[in-house]
Amino acid sequence: MAYVAIADRDHHLHDPQTFITKYIYSQDHKVIAIQYGLTAIFVGLIAMALSVLMRLQLGFPETFSVITPEEYYQYVTLHGMIMVIYLLTALFLGGFGNYLIPLMCGSRDMVFPFMNMLSFWVYLLSVLILLSSFFVPGGPTGAGWTLYPPQAIAPGTPGIGAGIVLMLLSLAVFIVAFTMGGLNYVTTVLQARCKGMTLMRMPLSIWGIFVATILGLLAFPALLVAAIMMLLDQAIGTSFFLPSMLTMGEESVQSGGSPILFQHLFWFFGHPEVYIVALPAFGMVSDVLATHARKNIFGYRMMVWAIVAIGALSFIVWAHHMYVSGMNPYFGFFFATTTLIIAVPTALKVYNWVLTLWKGDLHLTVPMLFAIGFIFTFTHGGLTGLFLGNVTVDLPLSDTYFVVGHFHMVMGVSPVLVLFAAIYHWYPKMTGRMYNEMLGRWHFWLTLLGTYSIYLPMHYLGFLGVPRRYYANGVTDFMPDSVQNANAGITIAALVVAATTLIFVFNMIWSLFRGEKADGNPWGGTTLEWQTPQTPPVHGNWGDKLPEVHRWAYDFSVPGEKQDFIPQTEPPHEGVVAGREHGVHH
Amino acid sequence: MAHDAVATETTGPGYAPGLRGIATDWSADKQTFHVPWGKAMMWIFLLSDTFIFSCFLTGYMNVRSSTRVQWPNPSEVFALSFGGDPIPLILIAIMTFILITSSGTMAMAVNMGYRGDRAKTASLMLITAAFGAMFVGMQAFEWTKLIIDEGVRPWSNPMGAPQFGAVFFMITGFHGAHVSIGVIYLVTVAMKVLRGDYEKRGYEIVEITGLYWHFVDLVWVFIFAFFYLW
Repeated sequence: MAYVAIADRDHHLHDPQTFITKYIYSQDHKVIAIQYGLTAIFVGLIAMALSVLMRLQLGFPETFSVITPEEYYQYVTLHGMIMVIYLLTALFLGGFGNYLIPLMCGSRDMVFPFMNMLSFWVYLLSVLILLSSFFVPGGPTGAGWTLYPPQAIAPGTPGIGAGIVLMLLSLAVFIVAFTMGGLNYVTTVLQARCKGMTLMRMPLSIWGIFVATILGLLAFPALLVAAIMMLLDQAIGTSFFLPSMLTMGEESVQSGGSPILFQHLFWFFGHPEVYIVALPAFGMVSDVLATHARKNIFGYRMMVWAIVAIGALSFIVWAHHMYVSGMNPYFGFFFATTTLIIAVPTALKVYNWVLTLWKGDLHLTVPMLFAIGFIFTFTHGGLTGLFLGNVTVDLPLSDTYFVVGHFHMVMGVSPVLVLFAAIYHWYPKMTGRMYNEMLGRWHFWLTLLGTYSIYLPMHYLGFLGVPRRYYANGVTDFMPDSVQNANAGITIAALVVAATTLIFVFNMIWSLFRGEKADGNPWGGTTLEWQTPQTPPVHGNWGDKLPEVHRWAYDFSVPGEKQDFIPQTEPPHEGVVAGREHGVHH
Repeated sequence: MAHDAVATETTGPGYAPGLRGIATDWSADKQTFHVPWGKAMMWIFLLSDTFIFSCFLTGYMNVRSSTRVQWPNPSEVFALSFGGDPIPLILIAIMTFILITSSGTMAMAVNMGYRGDRAKTASLMLITAAFGAMFVGMQAFEWTKLIIDEGVRPWSNPMGAPQFGAVFFMITGFHGAHVSIGVIYLVTVAMKVLRGDYEKRGYEIVEITGLYWHFVDLVWVFIFAFFYLW
């Protein structure tokens, strides 16, 4: 086993001596993961605060009009961009990817720890560049999170000066950070697994993170190129994306560019981005469900292949975001078809989650509640996706609140519920303490019911034709009074959910100091991270000897066993009908 | 299921030929690719970088086919005259020749590295870097000629579509930056080779540097074909 022995080679590990090398400039994947996670949650809370300000304006335009129309657009933009990229992508891959890959694969660290550390610091730089745009003349860009040209850099939009430049720079820097981290994640999964850990024995969390990282490495280039082109358009007057037009009564200087080119580049990144966020969520929720249902995940192989298939398909569906862009109508036919095909592996995953729960020994812990909540929100968000994937149904719904409702259900609430599930699930391992159960339950129920009260009415608003991204609706013929009432209700629910998130933050901080001490494997988990000699795991993860894996990750409730789980490290033994793992006979 | 995943644990690294070999590699509990970590990572990075250049070139094709203004004729724009008639594409032909030659010297450096010949490895790498620097220098000359003599700017050009200048400076600039980074990378590694830093660890790093360098050359072939020959 010459090759596995390489994973045990320890000269890549630095030996931290001082406080600074241990906790600040640390090369330990676990510290980097927590740095990523805390930074991501911090910007996420800022984005949440922005959404509260927007909701106050929409819900009570007379009483709580604290922001101007320009600020409204800027907050729409920043809320979207921060949530999608700087929170979800960074937390799933930079945070959980970093924490879980070496632990679940049985490695001592990432393959290149120094580059991994650099990844975090460059990410932090991109966050600082982004936030600095609040303090420049003209403020941050108000182009909407998709940054469509020409309006993103044409007069009339807020922040067409320094604001959009900083946004594009920040994205470019983020992509550099992501690439450095992502190369590490992929190489670690492929090359540094411990003995016995075949790819088909990896927990689904790792599969999701692994495939999502590959998607990121192939999709972010399109965003980088689009950002560079728009930066040139804005800063030195090229016209990649700017057609000749009349703005504010004057003929534009730049002409001959193609705005649709930007949309193609953006969505060639933007659609895989949905799955960059969703696939790790799919993986992690599978592990949480199986562990707390004390049952093997239903159809492990199908789950793996579904992740791979969704990842591959996600590269050929991008133009379903562009049905109303004026592109060739025949494209609509092609992209509607591929979009509906992607529903097949996705539905397969949902069925398998439900079948995993079927007749399971359900432990309704907080992470389990969030995971089950995810199945609901994801199914609802996915079903409305079928509406929007069809060209003829999409046309009237485009740019209405139906899109906002769909998108937030499927890509806002669903991944965030998984993030909460994952944080609660791995909190005892990360900190060595238990969270407060009661606060966790309040957090779950208020979040689930609250988000439903926010987004379900939005679908109704969309059917009425209420347009999205409007600062105020004013008086129109087609909007009944109920629209304003619904908006007020949505705002109240949003305030409740925002306050609930503070309960979560409080719970995490309070439990860090006052929580009960947790033992190393509180849930009876089978995967490697629950088998570390210390909790929280120390530098190098495994003590003297690397773990050895003898079975898949889902040996729960095996008949004839004393315990209702068998850790992956346990060798096969006599007299037990073990090995439900396909293709392997013990 | 006679040949299951676990069985490979005892048979060691599988070098089975063809598809069976791939299946063995991917289903075993060892490194998926029989290469050092750094090399695997470089391959994955280059795959990502391929997507960057593909997006640039696709964007260029889109812009070129959607603009309504005449696209300048590259044979005329990129011609140089030595005393008499202008020779089309002569400078770019020399540049391409130099860059391809540098790939040859790089390959020889990799070979010498694995033979453990430090002096030859380092000098071949430095020759490669010198070729790279020559390429960048000639590119600077070409840029200067276009900007000063022909009046081409990223936002306009006297010969037709303004996108011509924009795309030209952006894509060749991005590629030139890759070459420049490659030159620095080559010189750094060559110095460390000379110092004997890799005596213990082995000379894989020379090959990894070479991968990057060959990639930059290969990309140039595509830029050359799509920009200068179309």
